[in-house]
Amino acid sequence: MMTPTLPTFLMISAALFCIGLLAALSRRHAIFILIGIEMMLAAAGLNFIAFWRFGPQPAPPIGVMVTIFAIAIAAAEAAVGLALVIAVYRHYRTTDVDQVDQLKG
Amino acid sequence: MSTSIVAHLWLIPAVPLAASFVILSLTNVQRAAAAGFAIAGQVIALLLSLGAFWPTLQTPGYRVFQNFTWFAFGEQALRIGFVLDPLAAVMLVMITLVSLCIFVFSVGYMAADRNFTRFFAYLSFFSAAMLGVVIANSLLLLFVCWELVGLASYLLIGFWIHKPSAAAAAKKAFITTRIGDIGFFLGILWLYGRSGTLLFYDGGTGALESVGLLSLGTSATFIALLIFCGAAGKSGQFPLHVWLPDAMEGPTPVSALIHAATMVAAGVFLVARVYPLFSLGAINGVTPSLTVVVWIGVITALISALIALAQPDIKRILAYSTVSQLGLMMVSLGVGGVAAGIMHLLAHGFFKALLFLGSGSVIHGCHEEQDIRRMGGLRGLMPVTFFTYAIGMLALSGVPLFFAGAWTKEEILHATSQWSPSRVPHYLMLAGVVLTALYMTRQMIYVFFGDRRAAAAHAHESPPVMMLPLIVLAVCAVGFSVVLTPAWPWLHDYLSGERATYNFSLLIQPMLYFALALVAAGIGLGILLYRRASEIDPIERTLPALFRFLENRMWLDELYDRTILGWARFAARLSDFLDRYFWDGLVRLCGGLGRLFGGLTKSLDERGINAGVDDATGVTRALGRFVSARHSGQVQIYLSVIAVGMLALLFLYAWLT
Repeated sequence: MMTPTLPTFLMISAALFCIGLLAALSRRHAIFILIGIEMMLAAAGLNFIAFWRFGPQPAPPIGVMVTIFAIAIAAAEAAVGLALVIAVYRHYRTTDVDQVDQLKG
Repeated sequence: MSTSIVAHLWLIPAVPLAASFVILSLTNVQRAAAAGFAIAGQVIALLLSLGAFWPTLQTPGYRVFQNFTWFAFGEQALRIGFVLDPLAAVMLVMITLVSLCIFVFSVGYMAADRNFTRFFAYLSFFSAAMLGVVIANSLLLLFVCWELVGLASYLLIGFWIHKPSAAAAAKKAFITTRIGDIGFFLGILWLYGRSGTLLFYDGGTGALESVGLLSLGTSATFIALLIFCGAAGKSGQFPLHVWLPDAMEGPTPVSALIHAATMVAAGVFLVARVYPLFSLGAINGVTPSLTVVVWIGVITALISALIALAQPDIKRILAYSTVSQLGLMMVSLGVGGVAAGIMHLLAHGFFKALLFLGSGSVIHGCHEEQDIRRMGGLRGLMPVTFFTYAIGMLALSGVPLFFAGAWTKEEILHATSQWSPSRVPHYLMLAGVVLTALYMTRQMIYVFFGDRRAAAAHAHESPPVMMLPLIVLAVCAVGFSVVLTPAWPWLHDYLSGERATYNFSLLIQPMLYFALALVAAGIGLGILLYRRASEIDPIERTLPALFRFLENRMWLDELYDRTILGWARFAARLSDFLDRYFWDGLVRLCGGLGRLFGGLTKSLDERGINAGVDDATGVTRALGRFVSARHSGQVQIYLSVIAVGMLALLFLYAWLT
């Protein structure tokens, strides 16, 4: 069995980011877009962990700390995002972002 | 005592003036109130005048005045005031008394008129203005009242405004007197320029007193002549006499007021008032200005007496008679007989008012007929009018002993005979006396004697309200002579500032016989000529050319029409042409240029500046529209753009390193 190396994690992280981006760009439902954004955030966290794990040792647990903060912020962001979705739904009676286009010029 | 009287002198014109304004505010139907106010105002003015008259009787040469500052400009102050002297006092009494008679007469005469109240307002105003002239102690105040007299005469002559001839006559009277007033005003300015004061009496420094007169020097002659222009206009002296006969278009009481008590008396009064200006530097009582006055008076008196001979209108005869008598007064003033002239003015005021009111009564009785050729035989139908008219006629003709006019005329003839430069005025005035008797006899015979012609058939006597003034004036015309006789020349000495003495032996003077002979000749000739009066005048039958010459007033109106008015019309037409084509064209050209420039500016603004701004904003708007179209509101498109941008930056970074 091949020992996992840094590029393996970076490629997983890049794939996760691209999937998240694709979801955020292509889904019509606001909640799925939120899920996409969460995935992109998770990819960034994976990067922090990978660079810390394969960096020079021993090292202070900076990567872990930053990731834990990012997860906390992501939780708050998800709460705000869901609240926005509910508010948008109450106003427009839909969660389809294509129809929420009142800011068009 | 004396100062309090002069301090309240202004009340005399103010009372009729106030009455006039009160009457103006009444409605047309309040007739009794209008007449009541006017007559009450006149009665009060008469009583006040008598009150002012009283102290002047006490002291010979009485003169009090009160001056005050009207307004000040810079260093100069314009002062006006009131004066009370024998001249003013007798005029006040005469004017108020005669006006009162005329007012009462008007109540009957104007009874049927629609504008009865307005008439009394104007009458009161007229009387007030004239009283103002008399008491003025400043040439300026006198001029103001003088113009008010002119205004009142305009309103009253044109009272029957619906008649075109009345409107024209009013205009003529106003404009003709205004021509004289221009001279008068120039005289005032000149006098002010030289002496710095317009007050007559000011404790030694007035314009008529020694200090003021000294500052005038030789210019006094010209100032006097300019002032005489005004007097000639108002008093109807040749060549400005043409308005007076036309003024007969007004109601008859107005004619009486103009001819007896107010308007025409103003001119003679003015000359008497400023007499020191005329007589300044006199040698033997003769100055150039006085000589002019004499000759103008002579010409006026004679011309109008001749014209009066051939007039068919009862009022026009009296009008020319007035002009003639005014000429006589001017002659008297000119030769130095100031007192005689004023005496004649006063006596004339009484009997001419009497004659005019009498003629008004005749016209009223004959149903508005004024042509004496259509009257006749009214003696029996209108006995009171006839009797009073006869007294007026005898007084005007100058029948000696009993009638006021005789004594004053005799005085004037006496004065003219003393005039050193020439005896001609004296002889011409004697001829005038004969002519006066002649034309008055003609009028008497035509109106009151002979057969009753067309208009006389249904004649009737006038109501008592018209008879009463006639009787009062007739009594005055006779009774006034008491103070005029040489035996007790009270009025003469009163005016000259002396005490009269009584000497009965002086009653009969040689001049009296002479005058009696002249008047008898005039009346006799009249009776001889007109004893068989008919529609055709005897002079017309024998001398048709002469008659037509006189009947048409010596063609003087036509002469003025051809010359002065012709020139005025030509000038007017020329001005009209210039205005219409030259100046108007110029104005139109300027206007056109302005409009052309405006059009150019407008198109430049619209096509150039405005269009440029429009284009600039158009580009901005198109840009804005393009940019705004990119904002689709689709969040995911924004997001993809960001992602593509990010990717591009990444590739750029990779490529650069």
